[in-house]
Amino acid sequence: MSTETYKITTPLMGTFYKASAPGEKPLIEVGQRVEAAEVVCIIESMKIFTELRADQGGTVIKILVEDEEPVMKNQELIEIEID
Amino acid sequence: MKSIKKILIANRGEIALRIIRACQEMAIETVAVYSDADKDSLHVKYADEAVNISPPLSRKSYLNIDNIIKAAKDKNADAIHPGYGFLSENESFSKACSENALTFIGPSAECIATVGNKSAARKIISALGVPIIPGSNNVISSPEEAINIAKDVGYPVILKASGGGGGRGMRIAHNKEELVEAISVASGEARAAFGNPDLYLEKYIEKPRHIEIQILGDSFGNYVHLGERECSIQMRYQKLIEESPSSFVDEALRNKLGETAILIARSIGYTNAGTMEFLVDSNKDFYFMEVNARVQVEHPVTEMITGVDIIQQQILIAAGSELEFKQNDIRLNGWSMECRINAADPEENFMPSPGKIENLVLPGGPGVRLDTHIYNNYEVSPFYDSLIGKLIVWGKDRPMAIKRMQRALSEFKIQGIKVTTGFHEMVFKDAAFIKGNINTHFLEKFNVTEAG
Repeated sequence: MSTETYKITTPLMGTFYKASAPGEKPLIEVGQRVEAAEVVCIIESMKIFTELRADQGGTVIKILVEDEEPVMKNQELIEIEID
Repeated sequence: MKSIKKILIANRGEIALRIIRACQEMAIETVAVYSDADKDSLHVKYADEAVNISPPLSRKSYLNIDNIIKAAKDKNADAIHPGYGFLSENESFSKACSENALTFIGPSAECIATVGNKSAARKIISALGVPIIPGSNNVISSPEEAINIAKDVGYPVILKASGGGGGRGMRIAHNKEELVEAISVASGEARAAFGNPDLYLEKYIEKPRHIEIQILGDSFGNYVHLGERECSIQMRYQKLIEESPSSFVDEALRNKLGETAILIARSIGYTNAGTMEFLVDSNKDFYFMEVNARVQVEHPVTEMITGVDIIQQQILIAAGSELEFKQNDIRLNGWSMECRINAADPEENFMPSPGKIENLVLPGGPGVRLDTHIYNNYEVSPFYDSLIGKLIVWGKDRPMAIKRMQRALSEFKIQGIKVTTGFHEMVFKDAAFIKGNINTHFLEKFNVTEAG
């Protein structure tokens, strides 16, 4: 059976954060299971914090950017293998 | 009187330019500071000198006290103007200025500390007999405590960041579940914006008007107020349109609010420019909200109807001058309105819209003032606030101010990023708005949803 994956992209330019607050544990790590609609990362743009959510449940197989890294609109952030 | 010959401006964007302009008119030299992201910004070009204070993230640049103080000393500045936001209401920054023989243009560090601790400030101000909104008297220590207080004062309740203002870290909760979630989100925003995650909680007054009083106080105990500003047109607790005077405030209420604001200022030994914010309900009963110990974004509407240059007054007061006018000298002439133009997309739930500005045409003509740092081909960065300019108009009365704003908005052309001018045009055509029939929930009818 072949596996199917999808990538979460950011709808806006900003700064990528793995955790919901500094010092808190990352929302996701590689290998972790996420449910559909679960918050997977935070994008800060112009002092507004936007939570990005998983479209479908699955397993995180890759995090494509570093914490606090600037990201461009539509940039791919996280790859998830669908259940 | 202290001599102020050179001022470092510890800010960016339109307010940095505003301060530079005030200084130039007073023949005071200026030093700009800028992050890597702002190297092409106008405040860098307009200042006499400019110092790079490194990386874009606010906490490494415009919130970096050591770098800013070092820049001021290296350039032999006598004083620092903090603008609004960033370090403007930071007690440690004000202290660091005095320790380094730099005049901080604003209230004393003690005063910033007093009003900055919003729960303590509420106690002091309530003791003066000023009505306040019921809520937590202290910073909330746990979700359980917040739930108990909310039960006492009744839902809905509002969470506010203890360390800040400007809508950051503010959330409304209508029930226990919403409150628990709101605490976590608001606390995160507060920490990121102000470096302090502390929150307090109060009862949420439905459909109030936001009315604030601008005061000036010198170091000789002289106080004047410059009338009110109405800032009821808000989105996500961020002001979007401000005006002065308010169509809701009559002479009696203006005098009462003005006297109350000065009473508050005098009781805490407040000096320099400051704003006392009130919520006013439909019965014209008012509740004290908070003191903003800084110049505010919306200060131009007050300048337009009083003729007082608030930034220049701040500098004169900081230099130890006595106010040159008394309350009786202050006349409110005509009507002024301000639209905050933000880089945000009204059609995408006001999602931030950073990017490169193209084909820019700016409004002008009679009664129009535009405070902005943008220019054609300017790159609006995602690192800072979305405010790209303030469009201010003056008219002899409110209908004339509205017509001028409609015209000025229609002249404002911009491509490359999304901005809020079209949304402002819609508000300025709204029948209830034109009648002055507004409150802090006014924008809800435009189907503006919560952030996210």
